[in-house]
Amino acid sequence: MWPQQFDYQRADSVESALAAIGDNGKFIAGGHSLLPAMKLRLSTPDQLVDISRIDALRGITNGNGNLSIGGAATHAEIAASAAVGAACPALAQACGMVGDQAVRNFGTLGGNIAHADPASDPPTALVACGATIHIQGVDGSRSVSAQDFFVDLFETDLQDGELITSISLPDCSDCQCAYVKLPHPASRYAIVGVAVCLKMDGDTCAQADVAVGGATVKAVKCAGAAAALVGSSLDDAALSAAAAALSDDIGDWLTGDVAYPEAYRSAMAGVFLKRAISAASG
Amino acid sequence: MNVSMTINGEAVSREVEARTLLVHFIREDLDLTGTKIGCDTSQCGACTIHVNGKIAKACTLLAAQADGADITTIEGLAENGEHHPMQTAFWENHGLQCGYCTPGMIMASAAFVRDNPGASEDDIRHYLEGNICRCTGYHNIVKAVKQVADAAAGGA
Amino acid sequence: MSTRIFGSGIKRREDPRLITGEARYTDDIKLQGALHMAVVRSPYAHARIVSIDSSAAAGLPGVRAIFTGSDIDLAGLPTAWLIPDSDLKTPEHPALASDVVRYVGDGVAIVLADSRYQAQDAADAVMVDYEELPVVVDPHEAAQAGAPQLHADVEGNIAFRWVMGDREAADAVFAAADVVVSERILQQRLLPTAMEPRAASAQYNAATGELTLWCTSQNPHIHRFIVSAVTGLPENKVRVIAPEVGGGFGSKIPCYPDEALVSWAAMKLGVPIRWAETRSENYLTTIHGRDHVQFVDMAASNDGKILGVRATVYAGMGAYLSTAAPGIPTILHGLLYVGPYTIDNVFCESIGVMTNATPTDAYRGAGRPEATFLLERMMDKVAGALDMDPVALRRQNLIPPFADGYEVATTLIYDSGDYEAAFDKALAMAGYDDFRAQQAQALQEGRYLGIGVTAYTEMCGLGPSQVAGAVGFQGGLWESATVRVTPTGKVQALIGASPHGQGSETTLAQIISSELGFPVDDIEVIHGDTTETPMGWGTYGSRTTPVTGAALAQASRKLKEKARVLAAHLMEANPDDIEYADGSFSVKGSPDQAQSIQDVTLMAHLAWNMPEGMDPGFEESQFYDPPNFVYPFGTHIAIVEVDPVTGSIDLQRYIAVDDCGPQINPEIVAGQIHGGVVQGVAQALCEGVIYDDNGQLLTGTMLDYCMPKADMFPNFELGETVTPSPHHPVGVKGVGETGTIASTPTVYNAVLDALSPLGVAQIDMPLTAAKVWQAIQNANGGN
Repeated sequence: MWPQQFDYQRADSVESALAAIGDNGKFIAGGHSLLPAMKLRLSTPDQLVDISRIDALRGITNGNGNLSIGGAATHAEIAASAAVGAACPALAQACGMVGDQAVRNFGTLGGNIAHADPASDPPTALVACGATIHIQGVDGSRSVSAQDFFVDLFETDLQDGELITSISLPDCSDCQCAYVKLPHPASRYAIVGVAVCLKMDGDTCAQADVAVGGATVKAVKCAGAAAALVGSSLDDAALSAAAAALSDDIGDWLTGDVAYPEAYRSAMAGVFLKRAISAASG
Repeated sequence: MNVSMTINGEAVSREVEARTLLVHFIREDLDLTGTKIGCDTSQCGACTIHVNGKIAKACTLLAAQADGADITTIEGLAENGEHHPMQTAFWENHGLQCGYCTPGMIMASAAFVRDNPGASEDDIRHYLEGNICRCTGYHNIVKAVKQVADAAAGGA
Repeated sequence: MSTRIFGSGIKRREDPRLITGEARYTDDIKLQGALHMAVVRSPYAHARIVSIDSSAAAGLPGVRAIFTGSDIDLAGLPTAWLIPDSDLKTPEHPALASDVVRYVGDGVAIVLADSRYQAQDAADAVMVDYEELPVVVDPHEAAQAGAPQLHADVEGNIAFRWVMGDREAADAVFAAADVVVSERILQQRLLPTAMEPRAASAQYNAATGELTLWCTSQNPHIHRFIVSAVTGLPENKVRVIAPEVGGGFGSKIPCYPDEALVSWAAMKLGVPIRWAETRSENYLTTIHGRDHVQFVDMAASNDGKILGVRATVYAGMGAYLSTAAPGIPTILHGLLYVGPYTIDNVFCESIGVMTNATPTDAYRGAGRPEATFLLERMMDKVAGALDMDPVALRRQNLIPPFADGYEVATTLIYDSGDYEAAFDKALAMAGYDDFRAQQAQALQEGRYLGIGVTAYTEMCGLGPSQVAGAVGFQGGLWESATVRVTPTGKVQALIGASPHGQGSETTLAQIISSELGFPVDDIEVIHGDTTETPMGWGTYGSRTTPVTGAALAQASRKLKEKARVLAAHLMEANPDDIEYADGSFSVKGSPDQAQSIQDVTLMAHLAWNMPEGMDPGFEESQFYDPPNFVYPFGTHIAIVEVDPVTGSIDLQRYIAVDDCGPQINPEIVAGQIHGGVVQGVAQALCEGVIYDDNGQLLTGTMLDYCMPKADMFPNFELGETVTPSPHHPVGVKGVGETGTIASTPTVYNAVLDALSPLGVAQIDMPLTAAKVWQAIQNANGGN
């Protein structure tokens, strides 16, 4: 299939991109979420504004305990970035699991989260690791936590005409974080994806953040599971308690289909929570 | 709109509809039909080309996005009339049957080995998740890529 | 020649054009001034067409014409396998539906426009008003009373009811047997997914009345025949060209509405027409495979003698009867019910059922995988019921070795077999005895390993034409070939079959070279164009090497005999005194005097000095009708590990020992087995069509339909035995489908073996992680 007609222009700055975008326009960076939808005519914008060559949207920096990733940085760049690997391995892992190498070479983190496919990997890592999404519109800029950014199935806090300029994360080089997933055998999207971010005090878990995607209509932050881990030595009893709490955490958001029903995904969320903790601790 | 790029070392410039997919631009406007289309959803990899040295699925890019890019397709992989080592390895190892996935498979594998000389069989099998073959069962494709990867690592 | 060309794994001569992107597939061929066709397709699985409004679409840029079913004067698409004694009904299959649509994807209108994009824009803008009708997609449900009815002339949706064997005799055997095991087996629908989607382009010359159709065909001569019948053009005015074809697996055998429509539009509008389906369209409209619901019983004695097999098969035909569809779950299925075993009682009732789904037809293996699976699954069940080792059970029932003919209970006469030799070899390669100890050890550690062992034989190299006629196939099954040698000794072999990835240009050249002595690089095999090539019935049923190969061997032998006589004449010797070696003829006792095959060829062309009565030229043709099918066989073994926590399956080893007679090119044989195995394993593990209750295809793209990928497989371990076919000129058997036939039950049984300690006895394919996990939960729930 191929897209319907639209106008295309390339912007050389965030300001010119914001000025150019019309009522039924879309920003395109890599286009690897948007174009497939347009080819199937599920998305029919009448205008595309290409933001992929705006330098301000492309960088990855780490300074003052804050990792900042440009909205138009590609998954491949993020997965290969030493800065991301050091500050937030879970995000590097998640970006390294998106699609395949060709997809990662062009797909961008900003585009990915704007699309908000619940089975995609990066949102889960971003929610667990406490990311902040930085957004700019014609009326100014604002920031929103990843947890609040993802609203529902393919639905975000992003408003028409707004652009994701960057994604920032607290440097968690002193935490242990990981993202693991059970991939769908066809699409390789997550049937279940789990990200954890743990801070250990000796053998005791001092702080925990857990998020689940794939099994849910959006990346969901799982406070119950996290609470079950904090104060424990991540022993089997704590892991089982966390897995049990997790099913409550995601209960309202759980989704499934004929091939991979809700019950399976819910059970696998618990299994992959344990595997994520094991990966993070390893 | 006008798009210009370098394809297989040659500068090209054409007027196209904005919605023209890069794969159609290459196949229909430039008549370089070695690049194939095997799916609608970026899974199969039959359209894999190199854009500025990186592999890309030409069905998931607009020609407009590639404006100014340096592109290599299967037709441009051989140099000075000599097959690229990956082409030779596919031929020697029976790494193809119907040949439809082959251009994309070779383009992806050539870039992979360039970036990962000495890659293991597991690495190769994992990497090829973006390229689907219905004929070979992958066995001889993996063998071909491994042969080039070993040679690139100095094992030849 | 220092190396023997027959048996050498030489590089394929097809490959230089394929690895460089120079090969031209149908949609790579541009036609000056061509319009592009898009088909308006039904979004409903069953609906009455109330009205079609194309006025808005007609006004869109680039749109040249829009036609609906009532505009088109094409005959319906024929069904070409009319099973006798089955009360067969062949419902009308119009190229475009004008009254009722019967599956999602059924065509209702065509748009012709300047560009592909414009054609699709307009197709989207054609407004069709539908009145929905009730839908049924499951073949067993569709055969029940009260099910929605698809065709007025197919009562109860039953298109045919084919019975093999004597029901009462079988029932008596089962009633008296010590042990009877039963299972409902789902042979799920599969999407053939040749990597090249279908495409067709047509050009009509009004002055000469000639139509040229380029299309993705496995059998251009059959396409010519059907396109001629559907359009009304005389067959000699239709030229069908199958250029490079990117895989078929059976899906490019049938003649589809689309080929007829591009032909009609080219004639109607007087300009060339191009059409290529998208993958989404391919999944909706190109034939699907399998789709059986089987109720199977196997009877055995307490000491492990298999006494009988009995099955009732509900075979989903989809919305219309595709070209060869009725033959698949009948002739190509039931006749294989004894496999490689000494089973004396077989009974099959196969019911072809119309459903609101894409038509099914031959998909790699076509009927034989469905038979082999049920046999092998039931063997494991019998072993379980008798508490016997499944390997011992199989060995006990294998047919003993035979070299020239063995008649089995299904009336087939197998050509040759040595099943136990292949069986032993595979078991040795797998280390079967050691494996059972490892499995027990692993289980102690909480790891679930399993092994599956399949012994198989199958019928291919289709087949004697007399048999084709007797079973209602509306064609012959012979092949023809011409070996044409130019004055300078270069060979053009023209064949009627139409290979599309099998490497036949190489394999067949090896046969000719081996027979006639020309270097293999001097031999070109030409196929795919009905005007250039002699008549042939096509490439499917693992028949091109057995049937076309035999025709070429025989044509080559005729030429060799001519060369021998001419060489004798030129050397003034008695033909009986001529010796041949490596492309050279010499007189016995005087090796210095010799004529090369090239010398003789030139002299035959010059014809300056011919023996009395010998015609000039150096060319022979041969029609070859095989006297019997060929029956390759072997044993496949899979070792898997199942993760009981997630239900995920890891295929750790796959061993395949196949016997296809002498191997002409072992590398090409191996490639056929590798690819076939992956297709069969994928049926067991991940591929499966899912329709919802409304007949909407939920696995409509590669995002949802799981094509096997490289990282799902280990390297395969291949072995062979060599048992020549007694009736074939060079002893070869087909090998295009054996991998697919053998591998599905092998992996399925391995997984069920792994799960048996958990109490899991049955899971419908494909064995996805979710289904395996659920089965484990259910079994635990029962504990």
